[in-house]
Amino acid sequence: MSENQKPMRPASEEAENQTETAQKYSLNDDRRVKVLSPGAMVAKRFFRNRIAMVGLFVLIAMFIFSFVGGLISPYGEDQLFYRTDVLRKEYASAIENTEFRYTAAEGMEFPSILQAKFVLAAGQKQPSFSHNNETYTVRQEGKDFYSVSKNGVLIGIAFKDVFSVSNPDQKLTFNTLFAGLKAYTGEQTSFTADGIEYTVAKDGLVTVGDQEFGYISRYVVQALMSDVFLTREFKDQAITTMQNKGESMVFTDADGEEHEYLFSYDPDTGKWTIRQETASRVYDTYSAPSAKHWLGTDRNGMDMLTRLMYGGRVSLMIGFIVEIISIVIGIILGGISGYFGGKIDNLIMRIVDVFYCIPSMPIIIILGAAMDAIGVPPKIRMIYLMLILGILGWPGLARLIRGQILSLREQEFMTATEACGISVRRRIFRHLIPNVIPQLIVSCTMGLGSTIITEATLSFLGLGVKFPFASWGNIINDVNNTFVLTNFWFIWIPAGVLLLLTVLAFNILGDGLRDAFDPKMKR
Amino acid sequence: MSTLKFIVKRLLISVVILFFVALIIYVLMRCLPTSYVEAIARQKSMQPGSKSFEEWMAQLNAAYGMDRGMVAGFFHWIGQALRGHFGDSWFYTVPVTQKFRETIWLSFVIGAIAMFFELIIAIPLGVIAARKQYSKTDYTISVLAVAGISLPTFFFASLLKLVFSVHLKWFDLFGLVGRNYEQLTALGKLLDKAHHLVLPIVTLVVISVGSLMRYTRTNMLEVLNADYIRTARAKGLSERKVIYRHAFRNTLIPLVTIVGGSLPGLFSGALITETLFSIPGIGLTSYNAMVAGDIPFSMFYLTFLAILTLLGNLISDILYAVVDPRVRLA
Repeated sequence: MSENQKPMRPASEEAENQTETAQKYSLNDDRRVKVLSPGAMVAKRFFRNRIAMVGLFVLIAMFIFSFVGGLISPYGEDQLFYRTDVLRKEYASAIENTEFRYTAAEGMEFPSILQAKFVLAAGQKQPSFSHNNETYTVRQEGKDFYSVSKNGVLIGIAFKDVFSVSNPDQKLTFNTLFAGLKAYTGEQTSFTADGIEYTVAKDGLVTVGDQEFGYISRYVVQALMSDVFLTREFKDQAITTMQNKGESMVFTDADGEEHEYLFSYDPDTGKWTIRQETASRVYDTYSAPSAKHWLGTDRNGMDMLTRLMYGGRVSLMIGFIVEIISIVIGIILGGISGYFGGKIDNLIMRIVDVFYCIPSMPIIIILGAAMDAIGVPPKIRMIYLMLILGILGWPGLARLIRGQILSLREQEFMTATEACGISVRRRIFRHLIPNVIPQLIVSCTMGLGSTIITEATLSFLGLGVKFPFASWGNIINDVNNTFVLTNFWFIWIPAGVLLLLTVLAFNILGDGLRDAFDPKMKR
Repeated sequence: MSTLKFIVKRLLISVVILFFVALIIYVLMRCLPTSYVEAIARQKSMQPGSKSFEEWMAQLNAAYGMDRGMVAGFFHWIGQALRGHFGDSWFYTVPVTQKFRETIWLSFVIGAIAMFFELIIAIPLGVIAARKQYSKTDYTISVLAVAGISLPTFFFASLLKLVFSVHLKWFDLFGLVGRNYEQLTALGKLLDKAHHLVLPIVTLVVISVGSLMRYTRTNMLEVLNADYIRTARAKGLSERKVIYRHAFRNTLIPLVTIVGGSLPGLFSGALITETLFSIPGIGLTSYNAMVAGDIPFSMFYLTFLAILTLLGNLISDILYAVVDPRVRLA
């Protein structure tokens, strides 16, 4: 099952070269044989492995996508995008007043028990009612407007038309209210109260001289938002619309801004709700892929493609840094263990056993939750994550290196180095370590894949890389929201595919490298 | 060295290792910022009808010897743990061991079913791939195996949900039982549960079948290149006999050890898969406990996992020696 079984693919150029050299040199001339260094042999075997090459190209593409893509992309990692949305805010409510409203005269009381008795009396059109042996006189002052007096003293009034004052700072005195309502309900055009002459128009507008004072109307229009003051014009137009049973109106306010208002009537409460249509700037969340955002935008209104690029950067960098931490610890401990052997070896291997038994995923989840609780900043958190993953990841590598060095140590070339009197340091670093490197590279390439998966899983669970940093895992995290899972494929599928491709590429690259380094190991 | 002596020696080493693992876990828990522990205790004491903050802290101290030094506290805790006293779970407010007993069997069943399917898929495919090395079948199987290994669990589970739950509406998105579970007959209940376990088990199988398949293929190739297989062929035995009588039996040696070694792992629960599908096994239970900062449950679960790992190593070592008499026990 060695290389020989594979059909060679002699490129035409190569064939030409061979015939040329064949002519130059005799058959048993050494120069006919092209000598390749071990490294070149490895490279040759590697580049001939098509699957591994696919993996290599995918990885190169991923690196370009992540590290160069971020520079090319016109958008920033956490740049927010907005869109204008038409919002219907509840603006005002209006009610046609069908119930009596009461006001007590100044210095008088008009308690609710009297109000109730008054309603009865008014309903039966009786001129008086009694309460606690006192007789109260009811007098109709106008249409749906009554006054109640006791022993000839006016104690309060009941009315259905509402007198509102235009200037919110101005107070409406009882006298003005009484006189105004009386004039309005009696269809008079003017009245005098507290020595001031008022004019009442037919539509209920009350003026003092040229100045608008207020108006009287059966409709009560109230603003629903505290910062809104409804102008007289608005109320007039709204009342007209309501009387015509209109559903919408366009109103131009004092600043000349035009808004559309929608009216809805609730027959149960007899209340009109007026909604204002306003264009607001909102975060452009979950927008579908378009020319501007090739993969749409995410839940925060950030460009998905750009997030994926930066996410790739984070995922790959974390993978590499974690692997480097593991390698450093693994080489040192595995190297010491393998080279010196004996008691040191035994001790270190037991440490490896202990670390091997520590369940890494749960530990990281617990630490992640603890970091959540004490609010570690996202950047520091990322560093902790790498440290934890690195520290929990070295035992496998240490075992591999130790085993390798243990067997290499006994081989002839090491005896030779000893016989040549080469120093221990040189023996370790020039002769032992280089022989371990192939296995190390293979193991790390595959380890990178699984590290990236681990990081992505943690970020997916919300315990790894945190917002504002992007990582492929925390981009997919949004899929926990069933609505996103169902409706927005572009939020999570691209990140998942990138993740899968990267890990797959690392794995087949690792396979290819292993086959290239050691064809005997090829399976 | 006799087998028994070997087992005893390995057991003793395992106990020592477990001791140190427990120590590390304990130290780690002690190193969690106390403010966090206190916050949890405070939060717990806020719940209606709960014990007071001081009581929670006192309970914590009593259970973990928090008031003692690190070493003394550890021995106190391990003493309690040896007697099976793991305290009350903060998150579930029942004894840790009770919650464990309630959830462990579900996880075991899921794991066992998944493992069964893994075996009946991985071993035949691995053997076929090895027999037809470098063929299209081999490449397809190998690439699929690597793809399975490379698939992130959560992504694959989400894809399954999208296709089978959202679009085809064959399965529910979450949970172990359906909405009308209570109205079902005993058989109906069982079937309902089985129905809800299909996607989680498929996820588990696809994610982990790859490595077993590769392992089978590698070992089968090794055996097929052995001298005795050449001899068997040279003898004129039929290919069938060569493969199934001679090669496959020898491939089983490493397989049995690796499968035996992963048996204890069936109890560990599938943390991610159970969480994704809301299956209330030990995985989801401990995930919730860990995220909520439930220290008693977390400590228990971590120790439990460490024991399972050690047990797995022990079993595979022993099996290796038992199945293959050529292996010298050392």
